[in-house]
Amino acid sequence: MNELALLIASAIASGTPLAIAALGLIINERAGVLNLGSEGLMLVAAIAGFATAVHSHNQALALLAGAGASALLCALLAGLLIWLQTNQYATGLALSLFGSGLSAFVGIGYTHENLGAHPVTGLPGLSRLPFLGPALFSQHPLVYFGMLLAAFSSWFFFRSKSGLLLRAVGESPEAAQALGYPVRWIRCAAVVAGGALIGLAGAYVSVVSTPLWVEGMIAGKGWIALALTTFATWRPARALLGAYLFGGVTMLQLHLQGRGVSVPVELLTALPYLSTILVLVLISRNPRFIAANMPASLGKPFHPGA
Amino acid sequence: MNPISRSRCLVALLALSACSKKPSNEAAPSAASSALSTASAAPKEAGPLKVAFAYVGPVGDAGWTFAHDKARREAEAKLSGKVKSSFVENVPEAADAERVIRDMVDQGNTLIFGTTFGYMEPMLKVAADFKDVKFEHATGYKTAPNLRTYDSRTFEGAYLAGVVAGSMTKTKTLGVVASIPIPEVIRNIDSFTLGAQSMNPQVKTKVVWVNKWFDPPKEGEAAQALLDQGADVLMQNTDSSAVLQTAEKAGKMAFGWDSDMSKFGPSAHLASAIINWTPYYEKAMNDALAGTWKTEETWWGVKEGAVDLVSLSDKVPAATKTRLDDIKKGLKDGSFVIWKGPLKDQADKEILKAGEAFDVKALRGINFFVKGVEGKLPAAK
Repeated sequence: MNELALLIASAIASGTPLAIAALGLIINERAGVLNLGSEGLMLVAAIAGFATAVHSHNQALALLAGAGASALLCALLAGLLIWLQTNQYATGLALSLFGSGLSAFVGIGYTHENLGAHPVTGLPGLSRLPFLGPALFSQHPLVYFGMLLAAFSSWFFFRSKSGLLLRAVGESPEAAQALGYPVRWIRCAAVVAGGALIGLAGAYVSVVSTPLWVEGMIAGKGWIALALTTFATWRPARALLGAYLFGGVTMLQLHLQGRGVSVPVELLTALPYLSTILVLVLISRNPRFIAANMPASLGKPFHPGA
Repeated sequence: MNPISRSRCLVALLALSACSKKPSNEAAPSAASSALSTASAAPKEAGPLKVAFAYVGPVGDAGWTFAHDKARREAEAKLSGKVKSSFVENVPEAADAERVIRDMVDQGNTLIFGTTFGYMEPMLKVAADFKDVKFEHATGYKTAPNLRTYDSRTFEGAYLAGVVAGSMTKTKTLGVVASIPIPEVIRNIDSFTLGAQSMNPQVKTKVVWVNKWFDPPKEGEAAQALLDQGADVLMQNTDSSAVLQTAEKAGKMAFGWDSDMSKFGPSAHLASAIINWTPYYEKAMNDALAGTWKTEETWWGVKEGAVDLVSLSDKVPAATKTRLDDIKKGLKDGSFVIWKGPLKDQADKEILKAGEAFDVKALRGINFFVKGVEGKLPAAK
């Protein structure tokens, strides 16, 4: 029983960076901008956060630095995509490759640094509850931030006026412009805000979950987050659950091994990717389903003069 | 080109032109081509010995590759002036390795080290093409006239760490984050368990495979899974410090592996099982310099100063420390044998009767878990 609680806890911890990055990407995509740069952005944020932590010994500052670095690169991305109207697929991929290279280059001097481990205290009082305490209430604050963020995003997209406007810009930028809204600036704000969240997720990996820097340490989490947005059909709550599910699959296979259960490790490692492909196949085959959820102008450049 | 090597070239050319005077007109081009090859070989003998290293990870991994690179620098410093070394890091264990090693030959290196098991086939291939270059392959088992192997008895360090773990564990459960199921890693897991059982026969070891040598986030998650299942002392046969850091975060205990990792987990760190490659690198370079290099299979351990357990934590009881010193002394004078009977495997089958011991060949091929290791061995790759 106790082990189950700990399994749930580590599934949530392992899913949190996926969830936060996916929520950032949903903000981008709801506004109609496809951001394929997430893997590179998370890497840049990871080294920015790690370097800041090495020099400042301040975890909160390090997480902010990661978010800031990614937001900065996303501002560049917004300039390219929204004003220069470059191809969103090619530009996003280029940004991802650029981020991987840049982070490796900047990180050369940091591969041997050590942050020291910060024991996580969890929520006072609640962390002592049987089962629920170790399962849910003994996490890093950012884990709860991820949960609140999902709840807030749901409210924002579907209950607030600004959220409606953001979705309008992603569905029909022409209509939004006709109503007098600054479509480009709204998209730009969405890209930068989403980018900050992607960066926060990247910094979480290098500062909190594995406090060290290694080249390429995001190891595909950016791509999984990107797949998660589709897996979740652009709904924040589903993205959060999907992220925990993927985290759970990763941890489950490690737990099964520890228990001596013979598992095909390679297959289980591939499970998050396989399940994403499966969901993509399922939802893409149903035009009504995908039309109801996918932002109609996703990936399409907007020409205000047209 | 320095003056000495230039004069040697001239000597070689003179000698060859003398030879080419002998037979017919066909001799001229062949003499010219052999003069060329002699001339290109001459600087290798004259200047410092050019040595290159191919590493599987980054030199900053704080583990396996870091230990190799430290030894490279130390050996070069000890042979100052006589050796010039270089390295390429992050060389994948695949087709890329062959390309990188060929490049090293092209750059004039005459002694080339490959520091991971997966370079075995690429090195064999390149060695067959360049007979005048000497190749040294770590942890492999195939040799050629110009390719030899070297390795460290890392299982001795694992056994010593096991002794500490056995005396420290409260849950009687140890955890190992393992990389790839090859004999070396299996032998280390077994030796760690045997060491622990020598202090506390009830100790069990849980094993999680991550199937990579270096993937810190995954190593950390695997370590967490082991802690969740009640392990309170962790060991790893992977290359980063992530396992130690995970133990530090959780307030549990762990070891450094390959190099001294005490600074990565000041309170969790019990000791570091280190490999010191310097004595071997110095020997190999000296062999090449003196012309005494010949194909061998070297396997050094505590006795030769190649393996040790260092930076013992203050938490380790004095009795355990004395025991460690006795074992080290025994390993040095040959009176202590780790792999001896009575020994049973996981399925309770008797492997060694009392009084028997494994020879080097049997030790090298270990592919079973000893009694007390939980979990099935993945199918060998």
